[in-house]
Amino acid sequence: MAKAPALPTGFELPLEPRLPRIGSVDQVAVEERAASLARRSIKKDAKMFALDLAVRMMDLTTLEGQDTPGKIAALASKAIRPDPADTSVPSVAAICVYPNLVPAAVERVRGSSVKVASVATAFPSGQAPTHLKVAEVREVVEMGADEVDMVIDRGAFLSGRYAKVYDEIVQVKEACGEAHLKVILEVSELGTYDNVRRASLLSMAAGADFIKTSTGKLPGAATLPVTLVMLEAIRDVHDETGRKVGMKPAGGIRQSKQAVQYLVQLYETLGAEWLTPDLYRLGASTLLNDVLMQIRKEKTGRYQSPDYFTVD
Amino acid sequence: MTDLERRQDRAPVPAGWEYAPAPESRDIVTLEERYGLFIGGEFVDPRSGEYFPTLNPGTEEQLAEVAQAGPEDVDLAVGAAREAYDNGWSSISPAERAKYLFRIARILQERSREFAVLESMNGGKPIRESRDVDLPLAAAHFFYYAGWADKLEYAFPNRRPRSIGVAGQIIPWNFPLLMLAWKIAPALAAGNTVVLKPAETTPLTALLFTDVVRQAELPPGVVNIITGDGRAGAELVKHEGVDKIAFTGSTEVGKAIQRELAGTGKKLTLELGGKAANIVFDDAALDQAVEGIVNGIYFNQGHVCCAGSRLLVQESIYEPLIAKLKRRLTTLRLGDPLDKNTDIGAINSKQQLDKITELVAAGEEEGAEIYQPPCRLPEKGYWFAPTVFTNVAQSYRIAQEEIFGPVLSVLTFRTPDEAVEKANNTAYGLSAGVWTEKGSRILSMAQKLRAGVIWANTFNRFDPTSPFGGFKESGFGREGGLHGLEPYLDLGESEVRGG
Repeated sequence: MAKAPALPTGFELPLEPRLPRIGSVDQVAVEERAASLARRSIKKDAKMFALDLAVRMMDLTTLEGQDTPGKIAALASKAIRPDPADTSVPSVAAICVYPNLVPAAVERVRGSSVKVASVATAFPSGQAPTHLKVAEVREVVEMGADEVDMVIDRGAFLSGRYAKVYDEIVQVKEACGEAHLKVILEVSELGTYDNVRRASLLSMAAGADFIKTSTGKLPGAATLPVTLVMLEAIRDVHDETGRKVGMKPAGGIRQSKQAVQYLVQLYETLGAEWLTPDLYRLGASTLLNDVLMQIRKEKTGRYQSPDYFTVD
Repeated sequence: MTDLERRQDRAPVPAGWEYAPAPESRDIVTLEERYGLFIGGEFVDPRSGEYFPTLNPGTEEQLAEVAQAGPEDVDLAVGAAREAYDNGWSSISPAERAKYLFRIARILQERSREFAVLESMNGGKPIRESRDVDLPLAAAHFFYYAGWADKLEYAFPNRRPRSIGVAGQIIPWNFPLLMLAWKIAPALAAGNTVVLKPAETTPLTALLFTDVVRQAELPPGVVNIITGDGRAGAELVKHEGVDKIAFTGSTEVGKAIQRELAGTGKKLTLELGGKAANIVFDDAALDQAVEGIVNGIYFNQGHVCCAGSRLLVQESIYEPLIAKLKRRLTTLRLGDPLDKNTDIGAINSKQQLDKITELVAAGEEEGAEIYQPPCRLPEKGYWFAPTVFTNVAQSYRIAQEEIFGPVLSVLTFRTPDEAVEKANNTAYGLSAGVWTEKGSRILSMAQKLRAGVIWANTFNRFDPTSPFGGFKESGFGREGGLHGLEPYLDLGESEVRGG
C-alpha cells in the first residue's frame, strides 16, 4: 500500500490519522458527474422551493472601487426586502462588502436578519504580510461584520508552503472571534481539481466555517465541477469528524437556472441537511433580479420586463 | 423586526426536496395498433397469421401488436434482401451508399426525441439515457460507417474488400435501436443487404426505423425488419440464402447458433454475455470511482452485456468506498422511465425480472450480505431496486453468472496480481474497468486482463470508432471501428468460417 505523503508541519490535520491520503480527483469524471446533475429538470413546486431558497442563501455582493455609503444603503434595502411588490419573498442572507463599507452596511441592516460579510486579508490577491491581514480582520470584526471572507495565500500554496497557508487561516480564525469565517480558495488560480481538493481540506482543517470558490475578480470563477469537488471534500470531513462545513460558490452565477443547478448538486451530494443559509451561500451581484423575475413568473405565469425589478 | 424577517430566521431546514414530475411527452410518438413485417420496402401481413402484443414494461400496458414471422416470412425477407443485393445495391457506387447512410444518420438526429421516447416506452430505460446515450450513439454509428463506405480499399490496404451478400442480424432488447445501428450501419457501408430481427420484447423502435429507411429513400429490400420470438431468429439463422449471421444476445443462444452454422460456410459474429470486473485500486479518485461503479452496473438497469457487475475493491479502501457507494445509491431515482429525472427505469420483461429475483435469492441463500436503498417500487410494471451484495465469494453464483440486472457483487483483493487473477477467473471476457491514478498500472493491467474492452477511470463509455467484442464465452468478432467492417467483407483470402 502506498505510504501517505509526508505532510509539512501544520498540515498534521486533525483528519490525518483517519484520512491517510488527501485523495485525488479525476477531472473527466467529476466534470461528467457535474454535467449530469445539471440536467435535472426542476419544475413547479420544486422550482419555487429552489428559488425561495436561493434568495435566502444569497450573499448580495458589491466589491468595487467605486462603492460608497450611498451604494451600500441601496444594496442593504434590496437585501432586506428584495421585491417590494411581493412581501412573501424573503430577505437575502447577507450583504458582502469591502472593509471600508462595513460601518455603513452594519447601520443599514440593523434590525433585520441580513448579516454583514466583509472581505479581508488583502482581498483579492492576499499578497500582504500576515500580521496586516490579521489586523484587518480584527478591525472589520470590531466594526461589526458578522462574517469574514478571507482569501488564502495562493503564492504560498502554489509554492508548496502549505504550512504558511494553514497557519494564516488559523490566525485569522482566531481574530474572527464570534464572526463566521469563509475561506476563499480562488480556484481559478489553483489550476487543478487536485489542488482545489487539497486547499479545501487544508482550509477546513485550519478552522474554516465555510469554503468559498472565488473572489469574483477573475474570469472562470465558480463552476459546477469545482463546486462539486469542494462539496465532496466537505462530505469527507463530515464523514470523518462529524463537523459540518459550509460552501459558497461565488462569481459567474447570474441566472436562476444556474442557481437551481447549484442547489440540485448540493442536495444530491450533501443531502437536505445542507439546504440552509447556515451551510450554503450563493455569492452574487446580479443573480437576485433574475430569481425575482422567475418567482414572479411562477406565481403569475408571465414574465415581466426587467423594469419592474429595482436596479440597486 | 418585520414578520417577513422573523419568518426567515425561523425557516427550518427542510426534510427533503421533492422534485416535481418532469415527464417527457408521449404525444410525439404515433403508434399503429398492429404492425406487419417490413419486407421489400413495405409492411406486409405475416404469412404465419400470428401476432403478439408488445408492452410498456413500466406499466404493463399494451402498446401495439406485432407480427410473428414464420418460416415462409423469413424466406420472403431473405428473398427480398437477395433481390435488392443482386439488382443494384451491390453495384451502386460506394459514394452513393455513403449518401444513404449519411441521410439515415441525419434523420435519426432530427427525429431523436421521437425515437428516445419510444425506446423508453417499449424498453423501460430512463429517457435520460435513451436521449443522451442511445440516440446520439446510434446516429454517430451511421455517420461513422457512412464515412467508410467509399474508403474500403484504404481501410484494408493490399486486400480486395468485397461485400458478402445478405446479412441476417439478430439483436437484443437492452439497446434496441443502438444495436440496430451497430448491425445495419457497417453491413450497409460494406455493400450488403440485411434482414434484421429485433428482440421479442422491444420491436417498436426497429419498426419506426423503417420510416427512416423510407424517408432516406433507401432502395426497397436493402433493409428488411422481421419481428418475432426465438423461432423467427432460428429460421433466419438456418436459412440458406443468408451469407452471414451477426448475433448479440445470450451465450446459450449464441452457442446454439454456432452449432447450427458449423460446416455451412456462413460467416458468424457473436456478442454474448459478460461478468465484467470493475477493479478499484486504493489510489483511485474515490468519489469518481463511485460514479463509475454506479454507471457500470445501474446504467440501463444493469441490462448491459459489458456491465461492471463484479466490483473488485482493494481491501485497504473497502470500507470508505462501500459507505460512499451505499450513500450514492440512496440518491438514485427509480420510477417512470419517461421522467427526465429518473435514473433507474423498469426491468425489461417479466421473464427478466424473474431471473434477477431468482439469482438475488440465490445470493442471499449462499450467504452474501444484501443492501438495497429505501425506494418505493411502482405497483404496476416490472421493477427491481438497485442492489449491492457484499461478502461475496468467488464461488457464489452471483459472482459467476450473468444477472443482467441492477445487482452488484462486491469482492476484495489485496494486490494487483490477485485482482487480475480474480478478474480473469470467469467464463466470460467482454469488458473490465481499472480505477487508479497511476498510468503505468493502467497499462500493465490492460495487458493482463482477458477482456475485449478495458476502461480506465471510466466505464460503459462507447464510441463508434472503437471496436467492441469479447474473449471466451463473451463471443468473437468485433463491432465498431475499422474492425467492425471486417465481418461484413470478403477480404479476398481464406478465413475462419462458420465459427
